[in-house]
Amino acid sequence: MQPAVKLELSEKARAAATRTAPHVTIRGLSKKFSDATIYDNFDFDIPRGKLMSVFGPNGCGKSTLINMIAGLFPADSGEILFDGQPLNKIKFGYVFQNYREAVFPWLSAFDNIAYPLKVMGVPKKDRVVKVEKIVASLNVKIDLKLYPYQMSGGQQQLVSIMRALVVDPEILFLDEPFSALDYEMTLFMREQLQRVFQETHTTTVLVSHDLEEAVYLSDRILLLSRHPARAVEFVHYDAPRPRTDKTMTESDFIQTKAHCLEIFQREVRKG
Amino acid sequence: MNWKRLEILLPFVGVIVLLVVWSFTVWLRIVDPVLLPSPLSTFKALWAGMFHGKLGIDFLKTVERTIYSTFFAAIIAIPLGILLGSSEKLYRSVEFLIDFFRSTPASAMFPLFLVLFGVGDRTKISVAAFGAALVILFNVAYGVMNARKTRILAAKVMGASRTRVLWDVMLMESMPATFVGLRNGVSLALVIVVVAEMFIGSVDGLGQRVFEAQQMFEMPDMYAAIFAAGALGYGLNLLFLSIERRFVHWAGK
Ligand SMILES: Nc1ncnc2c1ncn2[C@@H]1O[C@H](COP(=O)(O)OP(=O)(O)O)[C@@H](O)[C@H]1O
Ligand SMILES: [Mg+2]
Repeated sequence: MQPAVKLELSEKARAAATRTAPHVTIRGLSKKFSDATIYDNFDFDIPRGKLMSVFGPNGCGKSTLINMIAGLFPADSGEILFDGQPLNKIKFGYVFQNYREAVFPWLSAFDNIAYPLKVMGVPKKDRVVKVEKIVASLNVKIDLKLYPYQMSGGQQQLVSIMRALVVDPEILFLDEPFSALDYEMTLFMREQLQRVFQETHTTTVLVSHDLEEAVYLSDRILLLSRHPARAVEFVHYDAPRPRTDKTMTESDFIQTKAHCLEIFQREVRKG
Repeated sequence: MNWKRLEILLPFVGVIVLLVVWSFTVWLRIVDPVLLPSPLSTFKALWAGMFHGKLGIDFLKTVERTIYSTFFAAIIAIPLGILLGSSEKLYRSVEFLIDFFRSTPASAMFPLFLVLFGVGDRTKISVAAFGAALVILFNVAYGVMNARKTRILAAKVMGASRTRVLWDVMLMESMPATFVGLRNGVSLALVIVVVAEMFIGSVDGLGQRVFEAQQMFEMPDMYAAIFAAGALGYGLNLLFLSIERRFVHWAGK
């Protein structure tokens, strides 16, 4: 009798441990481009189920970091583990900054969103169901028969975000996803992202050049130094969701933002 | 009066001016009428030749040779271009050869191909195919090489294999350039075919028709054959353009 109870306990403990264990572990990561060392023996843990922003000086290696994690190009050395495993068969969602060059102009919006499912070998009928589901959940009102070049910038980026989400990714990367959009669209897209995160709690890594946006959306903010990049600080911001315009007027928000800005400016001045 | 509506007639202005100048030149006898027949007798010769005479057959013969050359050029050059374009190192290592032969006038190759294939259709078609293939090859390879890096990365991060990236992304990316290559290729093939028909012992084709009419001093027939060749070139270009518009609707947008 007793061993069974023990087993149950340890299973619970294991579940709790998995819940709180880092999702991605980065150890000893190094990366050089011809003339510059971007990362030199870099260690970092990406927490599970959190929305994390990466913020740092221009050219410090933010894109390089998420590209290496997503396996777009290899690191020179070091290891990147997912749940402690080196396996790379993980489902990523990736949203590029330059949506114009990331969506496929020869496919309709619908086929763009369905493309990753096609790559995974999902039958056509299920693809249609999945695409319709994601479109409905984001409350998107776009004619999906249109081609990207017939759509506005915001609509194209929305298509590429849905394309990233349609596979139910384990980790979602967004590289300055809103920086090419106008302000109104940016505000709308932030809310969409917040809603998606609140519903799915997918581990999310957002590269942002807008500190206000980074704090507003994030549970954690990783502040990087100039390259070779170090993690200068890992700021926690735990305001409840959904966050609204009012959140930005609260002292907790203002203090967090001011703190990040101070560190950022100190790092920039060092350069 | 709505002037905007009349603007669609603008392309005809040049044609009408040409016909008027031509008629006056003939009427005032500025040029020997034997060398320059009137527009009317030229078009009579064109009509009669196309629908009741040998010119129609020659026209079809030239169309056939041009289509064959372009077809053979395309089936060789498109796969080869994709292969070369997918590896920049591979392309760089043969770039000089492609550029060199692309710059060599195809007419300079006639004697060589004559030795290889003898006097016949095979020589004409293969020289024209050779010229067109290099143009297509060059365009396809560049189209594949210039595929947007971000799109390739996007496909990669979605888990697409190398062959899938090649088929789904690089091939589609190269489509606009491929069509530019095909359009230039068919124009070049027509030029080479017509020249070959003139000088490589031919019994038919528009080139041979122009040449023979000139030898026999049948000026209306000669001008008629020239116009037929012009219409053919223009028509082929138009045909390829309309296929291109339909097929690579996203190009340049
Ligand atoms: N493919 C590359 N080749 C050479 N240098 C690169 C390459 N990609 C990025 N870099 C350099 O590495 C540094 C970090 O780039 P990146 O990660 O894009 O910066 P950011 O933090 O702005 O996203 C920059 O100085 C950039 O110039
Ligand atoms: Mg960047």
